[in-house]
Formats: sequence, C-alpha cells, structure tokens
Amino acid sequence: MTPALAIDGLSVEYDDFVALDDVSLTVAPGESFGLVGESGSGKSTLLRAVAGLAPVSSGTITVDGQKLGAKRDKAFYRKVQMVFQDPYGSLHPRQTVDRLLLEPLAIHGFTGTEGRIIRALDEVGLPASFRFRYSHQLSGGQRQRVAIARALILEPSILLLDEPTSALDASVQAEVLNLLEQLRATRNLTFVMVSHDLAVVTHMCDRLMVMQSGRTVEELASSDLAARRVTQDYTRGLLTASAGFRRDSA
Amino acid sequence: MNALLNVEDLRVTFPTRTGVIEAVRGVSFTLGRERLGIVGESGSGKSQTGRAIMGLTADHGVIDAKRLDFNGIDLLTASKAERRALRGKRIAMILQDPKYSLNPVMTIGRQIVETLRAHEPVGKADARKRALDMLAAVQIRDPERVFDLYPHEVSGGMGQRAMIAMMLIAGPELLIADEPTSALDVTVQLDVLDILNRLVAERGMGLIFISHDLRLVSSFCDRVIVMYAGRIVEELPAAKLSEAQHPYTRGLLNCMPQIGADRHPLPVLDRKPEWRT
Repeated sequence: MTPALAIDGLSVEYDDFVALDDVSLTVAPGESFGLVGESGSGKSTLLRAVAGLAPVSSGTITVDGQKLGAKRDKAFYRKVQMVFQDPYGSLHPRQTVDRLLLEPLAIHGFTGTEGRIIRALDEVGLPASFRFRYSHQLSGGQRQRVAIARALILEPSILLLDEPTSALDASVQAEVLNLLEQLRATRNLTFVMVSHDLAVVTHMCDRLMVMQSGRTVEELASSDLAARRVTQDYTRGLLTASAGFRRDSA
Repeated sequence: MNALLNVEDLRVTFPTRTGVIEAVRGVSFTLGRERLGIVGESGSGKSQTGRAIMGLTADHGVIDAKRLDFNGIDLLTASKAERRALRGKRIAMILQDPKYSLNPVMTIGRQIVETLRAHEPVGKADARKRALDMLAAVQIRDPERVFDLYPHEVSGGMGQRAMIAMMLIAGPELLIADEPTSALDVTVQLDVLDILNRLVAERGMGLIFISHDLRLVSSFCDRVIVMYAGRIVEELPAAKLSEAQHPYTRGLLNCMPQIGADRHPLPVLDRKPEWRT
C-alpha cells in the first residue's frame, strides 16, 4: 500500500543552524503518527517542512506516492492541511468566522460555500450563530475548533497538527482531543501530530517518534511506550519527567 | 501555628463598560511556613488572588476583604510606599515566562543586583558577590559568565533560574510562584521545581504555588486549594488528592490523558451552574 506520507533523509537548515538532520518516517493512510520532543528538537520544523513552510536542504517528501517539489501546488493543500498551536495567533483578528472559513473555499473554487460553512461549524460542535463572530469573541477552545474547521473545510486526507491543545486548559484539551479523534474516525483522516506531552501523543497516536536536537532518537508504538518498552535513555528520561515531581528526588 | 498570611473573604472586581467583572469572589485561607497550591483553569481567579496579595492588581481593579494581613501588617490599609517596601523584600513573586518577565536590555547580573540594592544598603562589590552566590544556589554552573549575559542569551530554564535567584536574593518570607514552570520543557521543569523545593525548605519560606496543573501542584505542595469561577470549591491535603469530593476537582483529574490508560473518548467536564455559587 502506498504510504500517505513518506519522508526520507529530510534535512532543514537555517543558515548554519541544522534544525532537522536526516530524518525518515512513513505514515500509512488512516494512521495517526506522533512526534515528541522538547523545544528545539525539530518536531515542528518537520511538520512545517511537509507543509512547505521550511527550507528543505536535502531529502524527499512523498505524499500519496507523489514526490513533492520545492513549491507546493493547490492540489497539495487540498490534500494536506495544518492546525497550528496558538489559536490566539492563527486566526485573523479582523475577519469573522464566516470569512475565515470562506477564504480557503474561494481559493480552491468550491461551490455551495454557504452550506459547507454551516456544515463545517456543525462538525466541530459550534452553533451556527458563531458564524458572524470575530475571533476575540471566542474562547481558546472555540478558536481552536474554528482552526480545525478551517483545515477540514477543504476535505483534506492528511491533517498536520502542531501542538493543537497545548495552549488550552486541561478540560478544554480533552474536548478538542475527543473532537479530533471522532473526526479522524468519520473521515478516515491521517494525522501527524506534534506535542511535547507524551501522554497526549500516546493517547492520540498509534506510533510515535521521539526527537532530540533535530535527530530521531527512536520510533516506537504507543503501546510499547505505555508498557515502558523503550530502548533509549532519553525516552526513559522523558517518561520519568512526565510522571511529575517527586519530593524524594530532591 | 503563627500564620504568615491571613486572607478572609477576598474579593477582586473590575468595573468595565459592560458591567462589573468579579474575578475573585470571597476567597479565604491562612498560610503558615508551608507550601500551598492554588489550582484552577483560566479565569478561575487564581492569578488575581496572587496579584492582590502582592499588590499588583491593575489600577482600576477594586480589592475588598474582611482581612488581608501579612505578618501583622494590614495590606488593605498599607500605603503605596509601605507596599513597595514589602514587595520584593518580604513578599516576592515568580512569573510564568522568563522571556517576558526579565528586563531584556539589562544583564541578568545587574537585574539581580538592582533588586538587592533596592532593599538593602549594600556596596557594589558586596552586591555582586551575593548575586553570584545566589546564581550558584540556583545551580547555574558558571555564575560569572551568566552574570554578564542578557536574558535573550540564555535558555528558558536558565532564565527561570535567574528569575528565582532575583526573587530570593532579598530573603523574602513569602514567595508567590505564578505558573513558574509552565513555559518550560518537562525535563527542565523538574530541575527548576527541585531548586525551588530545596530553597523554600532551607529558608523556611511560605510558598503559594499557582498553577493550572493539578497533578504537578499536588506532587509539590502540602495543601491544595481548587478554585472555580473566583471561588474556592475545595481545599484538601495534597496527599489526599485522590479522595477529592468536588465534581470539578474530580473532573480536572480525570480529563488528562494518561500514559497507559486506554480511555477513548476522554471524560470531559460537565460544568454545572451550581458550582459558581
């Protein structure tokens, strides 16, 4: 079967700084793949490179069997969409929800926009009355729902999620994670999800890759991580750290 | 026990064009030389509680309480000059993100020295020495080098250590830490907490630890206050968190994904209007 996303030997350099160093992975259609690491590990850079937002210096990215060039065409963005971390920064502050959702539709020449917008809002669990609100009139969780609706309105098959819930309260995070899981099931989406939170990634993903300073540390199944079948010390350290503070360690 | 801080029926309100916003609605607690955690989600009033004690409420905010005293000093009637003398010297506060809470155009060392000399009549050389000692106490390996660095030249974890050094140098009796580790990576988080834990214990300070992370707070503090919509919904010893009674506390504990727990979908909070009253 053709993988939904295959990355081979990908490197990203900013001047002299190597942000991503020879990373390879494959994601099957309908799979949910997680990227974990600390700040500066290159996990977000990898997503941005796939979306065409980072300068690739070597390596190849293949989506549905098609190798991507330096420029992404419109067809690519119909297939691959991204949800960003900060719902406060990723929505245009002077556009209503309606305009935010209309823009991708207009770019890709969709018809029946009215119906699509109403449906998109309904799918992410927002009432239709939110259509003519501005983003500052919404809470953080509601904004992230709008960002998800904007990504899904083009009916993509792959969704790139860059820390979609780290700016949200725990209870809101649970709601957004449940929404993402339910959307993945109904639309048979492929997820590539970046998070610094091991618990979130193991909850959401089948397989995951641990990264550190631009390199792969290890790739493993979530069930292995849960059972602590890890081979690298770095991953073990992350596991211990995410268990929380222990007074006796002091 | 001789209480360090007495708070009784604290209210913080902000008059706005569209009506009065009640950020804190009747919070009461006492604090000894112990670690108290205040937990809640955004908008629960946890940070405004800390700010009111520190005297950093925005100018148009109105603070009202039956009692708000620190070591016998009535904070409600204290003049601005008296509050200034307390702030930094006897009550200190650590903020969330060192990127925004340190002065970007001043070296780390100068900022620490400035804090010290604002409160104590010490000479330049002496102040420098004490700042270097303090940097070493927060486990910065090369204090001499870090002393002369600007905040943008250090990592988040290092910045937060510098912030702790600055806050502890005047030897405060009460430390308010408002989300001190939320902007840091998990592994760095533990180091910073470790340092905070040790210094608070050594110096016998009272600590108010404000956070949205219920598990983290309960692993770090002796006692936890859970806030919702400006009120305390539950207060319990940190060790007995699993015996929490209030549905909000239980909901907060439950909705976090856990490694190894296969729960799909995650339980979500069903917010009841009666929690507000």
